[in-house]
Amino acid sequence: MTVEAVFRREYGRCVATLIRFLGDIDAAEEAVQDAFTVAAARWPSDGEPPNPGAWIVTTARNRAIDRLRRESVRDERHAQARHLYGADTAGSAPPQEEGTVPDDRLRLIFTCCHPALNQAAQVALTLRLLGGLETPEIARAFLVPEAAMAQRIVRAKRKIRDARIPYRVPAEAELPGRIAPVLAVVYLVFNEGHAATAGSLLRLDLCAEAIRLARVLAELMPDEPEAQGLLALLLLLHARRAARVAADGSLARLAEQDRQLWDRDLITEGQAIVRACVQRDHPGPYQLQAAINAVHSSAPSFDSTDWRAILTLYDQLYTLTPTPVVALNRAVALAEVRGPAAGLAAVDELRTPGGGLDGYYLFHAARADLLRRLGRDEEAAAAYDAARALTANPVEQAFLDAQRTAVSGPPAAPRGAPPRRLHIPDK
Amino acid sequence: MTQYLLALYRDYAVAISPERSQQVWAGVNSLGDRMTDAGAFVFKGGLQGGAESATVVRQSGGDFLMTDGPYTETKEHLAGFWIINAADLDEALEWAKLAAVAEQQPIEVRPLFGGDLDDAIQANASDAQ
Repeated sequence: MTVEAVFRREYGRCVATLIRFLGDIDAAEEAVQDAFTVAAARWPSDGEPPNPGAWIVTTARNRAIDRLRRESVRDERHAQARHLYGADTAGSAPPQEEGTVPDDRLRLIFTCCHPALNQAAQVALTLRLLGGLETPEIARAFLVPEAAMAQRIVRAKRKIRDARIPYRVPAEAELPGRIAPVLAVVYLVFNEGHAATAGSLLRLDLCAEAIRLARVLAELMPDEPEAQGLLALLLLLHARRAARVAADGSLARLAEQDRQLWDRDLITEGQAIVRACVQRDHPGPYQLQAAINAVHSSAPSFDSTDWRAILTLYDQLYTLTPTPVVALNRAVALAEVRGPAAGLAAVDELRTPGGGLDGYYLFHAARADLLRRLGRDEEAAAAYDAARALTANPVEQAFLDAQRTAVSGPPAAPRGAPPRRLHIPDK
Repeated sequence: MTQYLLALYRDYAVAISPERSQQVWAGVNSLGDRMTDAGAFVFKGGLQGGAESATVVRQSGGDFLMTDGPYTETKEHLAGFWIINAADLDEALEWAKLAAVAEQQPIEVRPLFGGDLDDAIQANASDAQ
């Protein structure tokens, strides 16, 4: 394994352990980076140590202790001031105990995703400290100028230090409220990559990174069903990545995807987790969304999809998270079970004040699709126009233009695209 | 231990009913007792009058400039504050939740600076980053 590969795999673990030793995030990052520099110089000739992660932690810790000693000679009080509350005192831990305790990463996750930090800061810190991504990489992935991203990370670290955000796993009683932002950060990272599938490869890396983080969470919190549910959801969505882009570069929806291209290994893994969640029977929004995707994944074709099962799952999801977007997805599933007229009636109900979907392009796109299937072409064309006006995404625009042309084109011309169904991403 | 400021903000354009004032008075007193018992209480104060009772003083050349009214032109203004001792932000946030309930207003939590001149120099120098 190359030093880079070890870096990707072990960085978060090492930084998390070093933060506990040193009580300071910057000092921990510095020490771990120092250790990797030493590794890059030595490993190619000396060979890689049997346990590279432990080697990095030991080397980083020794270097940090040297540095702290030098600093404390210079200014004792200053070295003390760097200490993060709740961390071990540097040098007091037994030197043998480099065992990278998984709890350290868990502490780090909860610190990075502390509710006192805004979500953009949570995401940046999580990718930086746990994922080991460089600031410029994170900036490119989120289309934010590098200086702005660097500032975001510096500010967040400073708030952790100044406001004394603790470095610990929350108590059992606080956990439910504290897990939600952690899972949301990982889901957001995935969505950022997923939504940009047609774009650059670099952003696709975000999906892989999110899955890596979701695996860590699922491993560290085996008793938290929503952590398992999130991992399953991401695996099942990621399994379709190769099929999501059609040959012409346009985005292929569930109905048009070549299911041969789906990644069977990820589907098998995701479905196994969903089955375990079902047995545990503590459903939550991520588990239900995973279950919905598991049903899609087990259908050999779009038409053989078990829409009744999907509708039932959306009913449950709506009970837990009664949002208009879930209601819209439920209405689309209803259209498959009871026909487009029933689906349209359910969609139109969401238009009433309080439905709040009038500014959401997928609402109009779903309506348009159902109207077209009912042969109400003029109304469908108007709904496609409404949808078109609400999206800035060129791939979506191209799709809607094609759909609109299909319903409003001159009767003599053959209707281009075969009827296509919309799949609305879960939000 | 760190000291934290729990600052209470209110919109003075919205009047507070006598019943609510009684509730807040009782709630704030009982929270003060609770903080004292827990060793968290340092000081609290409510501000007299609305934002219009404020005066801002600025040094201007060799003179001073006074402006009538609060420093920030916002809808909501500082109306009172607590100074508490807490082990970390989580503990301070727990008190802040209780304060938000007692005061029936939003509470801003800020750590107090606890260092010396060297720390102040370092902190002030890096503020613009």
